[in-house]
Amino acid sequence: MANFLQQVVSGLASGGIYGSLALALVIIYRSTGVLNFAQGELATLSTFVCLALLDHGWSFWPAFAATLALSFAGGLVLQRTVVRPAQRGPQIGVVILTIGLLIAVNGLTTWIWGGAARQFPGPFSTAPIHVGGVAFSKQDLGVIAVSLVTVALVGLLFSRTKLGLGLRATAVNPNEARLVGVPVGWLLGVGWGLAAAIGAVAGVMAAPSLFLEPNMMQAVLLYAFAAAVLGGMDSPLGAVVGGLILGVLLNLLGTYVHWVGGELRLAAALAVILGVLLVRPSGLFGSRSVTRA
Amino acid sequence: MRRLYAVGVTVLVLVLLPFVLSEFRTVQLATVGAYFIAVLGLDVLLESGQVSLGHGAFMAVGGYTTAILMANHGVQDVWTIPIAAGVAGGLGLLFGIPALRLSGSYLALATFAIAIVLPTLLKKFDHFTGGSTGITLFGRPTQTGHGTGYLGLTNNTWLYALTWLVGVLVFLLAWWLLASRFGRSLRAVRDSELAAAASGVNRSAYKVAAFGVSAAYAGAAGALYAINVAYVSPDTFPIQLSLFLLVGAVMGAFGSIWGALAGALLIQFLPDIVGVLPHVDTKQAGPATFFYGAVLVALILLLPFVLRVASSIADRSYSRTP
Repeated sequence: MANFLQQVVSGLASGGIYGSLALALVIIYRSTGVLNFAQGELATLSTFVCLALLDHGWSFWPAFAATLALSFAGGLVLQRTVVRPAQRGPQIGVVILTIGLLIAVNGLTTWIWGGAARQFPGPFSTAPIHVGGVAFSKQDLGVIAVSLVTVALVGLLFSRTKLGLGLRATAVNPNEARLVGVPVGWLLGVGWGLAAAIGAVAGVMAAPSLFLEPNMMQAVLLYAFAAAVLGGMDSPLGAVVGGLILGVLLNLLGTYVHWVGGELRLAAALAVILGVLLVRPSGLFGSRSVTRA
Repeated sequence: MRRLYAVGVTVLVLVLLPFVLSEFRTVQLATVGAYFIAVLGLDVLLESGQVSLGHGAFMAVGGYTTAILMANHGVQDVWTIPIAAGVAGGLGLLFGIPALRLSGSYLALATFAIAIVLPTLLKKFDHFTGGSTGITLFGRPTQTGHGTGYLGLTNNTWLYALTWLVGVLVFLLAWWLLASRFGRSLRAVRDSELAAAASGVNRSAYKVAAFGVSAAYAGAAGALYAINVAYVSPDTFPIQLSLFLLVGAVMGAFGSIWGALAGALLIQFLPDIVGVLPHVDTKQAGPATFFYGAVLVALILLLPFVLRVASSIADRSYSRTP
């Protein structure tokens, strides 16, 4: 039982990371219907920036805050300069564009920092704390806390601020939003910036346990896609819940079903993606889309 | 008619190249041939309005089919190619059916996931695939065309000739397919599913068929790739390969299926081109990878512009003819 609880908590920690990256994917998908395949590599780039700041002697939390600000600015600039011109064409063109960004950013991080895996000093110690005879890792609890705070802040931003109102209006109906004076173009950029910053949170939280290297977020991106699909691609709440469910599910499968083990975790995520898309495309919380034949 | 001349000249150049080039370049061009076939297949799929980020996975199916047939069943390398194409094509048809329910972004996602997951499956089922060590095909002279003494070619020239012979054959097949009723139906489905259905085109059948044909091409490409490098392992077909094939296929979208040739050349030689730039170390994977991505981004941004120019040139040539 103690082992089971430990596995659930460490599953929730991975789930928090998947959920954060899934949230970033959903914010962009909701407003433009585009799956951003580069989200994982952008998060890796942010994490490398954070490590560079740490190497320059910054302490963790200021470096983290600066990374989030830089990621936000980077995402905004990327949308305004590269993504926006492509959005005039067919949607599949934008999806292929994000594949191009995936490859380019991956090459860029390899170019600058090399392909070797590096240790990333996280803010939380890996020492266990004991609660009622069960040992939990402080790092896992810290990651869960940071993920939940991120999600809460994003939730408040969307529901309680004028910026959030504009973002929601842009997502629901860009044309009418434009008519009532919402700067839709800029808000799409802000959406990309926000997604990049949330992705940076996921990257920095993942790096201490995964080790930082250019391909670090590739598997995480697939888990995040699975989480977002499971929760419903247009539901931010669903993305987070989907991430947590997936994290715990994969961890328990890996521990108790020996045939799955560590090797078939990715295959399990693929099964979740295909299963949900084919049986219930709207996921757990998504809205069902209806098109005329 | 002019196009037929163009094909003839290309074939002539292909025949003459091995006499001019070093063995090293000949081997590289043989690999280009394998990419060319896979990119052609991906272009057939794009023609139907579908996309795949996982064609490396179908190449892997073809490559492993060839490797297993040669290593465990003693089959001659040439005969494994149609079998590999058939196995991959069959899987492509099977995958094409659920793919009907996935549009645009979601199809990209599902195929992307397959390409990421496949190497882990290859490692897991190791009694069949040799696990991480893979399957080596070295030292089987009686099973290769070179060993049986066809035409007295050297091993590398034989591989080049075999790859490009298949390449030219499947190119002509793709050309005929896309120019025929099949191709017209695919384009109709791509441009408007509703209008196509109203004109009596069975859109589901055509989309699934396009997936099957496309996967069969990738399977043949994978078989030739395996024969060329005489070795397959899970790392032979990484996700990067699938993504680079997409770069090549988008090049193909520029100039009908001739662009596929340019795309295949780009996949092979971009690292060399990048090496010409000053201060760039090509022994490292980063710069080349960066430029693959940058080329893809640039292609997508330029595509509408190029298509507009191309269509205006076409308009002018129509107006000149009385």
